[in-house]
Amino acid sequence: MERTELIMGMPIKITTVTPVETHIVDDVFEYFRAVDARYSTYKPTSEISRINAGLPPDKWSDEMQEIMRLCELTAKQTHGYFNIIRPDGQLDPSGLVKGWAIQRAAELFKSKGVKNFSIDAGGDIQVCGNGPSDAEWRIGIRNPFDRTEVIKVVSVRNKGVATSGTAIRGQHIYDPQGGKDLTNIVSLTIIGPDIYDADRFATAAFAMGQKGISFIEALKGFEGYMIDKNGIATMTSAFEEYVR
Amino acid sequence: MKKAIISIFVIVAFAIYSIHARNEQNESTVSAPSTSLQTGSSNSTTTSSSTTTTSTKGAYQDGTYTGSAADAYYGYIQVKITVSGGKLTDVAFLQYPNDQRESQEINSEAMPLLKQEAITAQSVQIDGVSGATDTSQAFIESLSSALNQAKA
Repeated sequence: MERTELIMGMPIKITTVTPVETHIVDDVFEYFRAVDARYSTYKPTSEISRINAGLPPDKWSDEMQEIMRLCELTAKQTHGYFNIIRPDGQLDPSGLVKGWAIQRAAELFKSKGVKNFSIDAGGDIQVCGNGPSDAEWRIGIRNPFDRTEVIKVVSVRNKGVATSGTAIRGQHIYDPQGGKDLTNIVSLTIIGPDIYDADRFATAAFAMGQKGISFIEALKGFEGYMIDKNGIATMTSAFEEYVR
Repeated sequence: MKKAIISIFVIVAFAIYSIHARNEQNESTVSAPSTSLQTGSSNSTTTSSSTTTTSTKGAYQDGTYTGSAADAYYGYIQVKITVSGGKLTDVAFLQYPNDQRESQEINSEAMPLLKQEAITAQSVQIDGVSGATDTSQAFIESLSSALNQAKA
C-alpha cells in the first residue's frame, strides 16, 4: 500500500509492505493534519501563531510546552546551532516538530499492529521493519544539484534518514552564531536510531557548515553524508556499513 | 515605579535589537544571478510593490510585485514577479543566490580523517528518497504572497 497527501506544505508518503485497513492510514494522515494545525507558522489560527502574537506561556498547551522544552534541550546539545528564533524574532519550532511528528506517527502505526512500513515527510524518512522485498529498506540520497537523480543508496531497518540542505542551488545560508556564509555545504544526510533524532541533528549539523560532519562523527549511533558545493561528499567513518 | 522603568528599558532594548536584526537581514540580501529586471541595487527588500498598472486581460494586474521573505530554515527566500498582459512572465530571486560569484571563505579548520568521494548518479532500485525540501516550500510561500498582491 502506498498513499501520499500534501500536508505541512510537503508531500507525506506512507508505504506499507502488506495491505493495511484504510481507516488506520486515515488516522495517521489525520495526525499530521492536527500537527500542522497547531504548529504551522503560516496559519494565523495555529497555537504557534497565537504564541507569536503574544499568547502568554501559562496558556500554552502541555504539548507545546514539551516541544519548547525539547527545542531548548536540542539547542544545548548542538551548542546553540539548533535555533528556533527566526531573524524576525518569531518562534518557529518546525525544525524539530517535523521529525517529532513522523516519529509519533510511526508509533501510532505500530500501536495498530502495522510492522513493516515507511513514513516519508518531504524527504525525511522513518523506516520500520522490512522493506517491500522482505529485506532492508533501500533509501536513496537525492542529488542536491539535480532533483531527478539519486547519488547514494543506503540499506536500513528501523532507522530514521533525514536530509537538510538547500533545494535551490546557490542559496545563501548563514551561520546563526556568527553570520558566516555556509553555502559551501549544500546537503547533509543523517542516519539515526529514529527520525526524531536524525532530523533535529541534521538541521543543527547543517547549520554548522563544514564542522557539521565532525559533530555527527562524534555522535554515537549516527552516521552522516555531507555534500559540498563542488559535488564532493564527506562521510562519517561507519557510513559505508549502510551502503550495500 | 522601578518595575515600570525596567519594563520600558526592556522594550526599548528589544526595539533597538529588532531594528538592528532587520537591518542585518537586509544587508544579507543578495541580488539574483539571472532573470531580468534586477537593476543594480540589491538591497531593496521592501515588501511594497512597485506597480505600473496598464491593461489587464488575465487574472493579475500588470506590474512588478515583491513577495514576502519566506523562512527556509537557515536562510530566506524572497521573489519578485513581473506580470504583463495579465500573466506571470518572470520570477526573480531577491534573496537567495549569488551563484558563487562572490569569493567564498574557505573553511581552513582541519577536518577529521573522514573519507571523501565525488558524488555520482546511481541507477538502482530504491524504496524511497531522502532530500531537502525546505527551500522549495519557502519559494512557494514567497511566490504566492507576490501573486496575491498582483490579484486584480
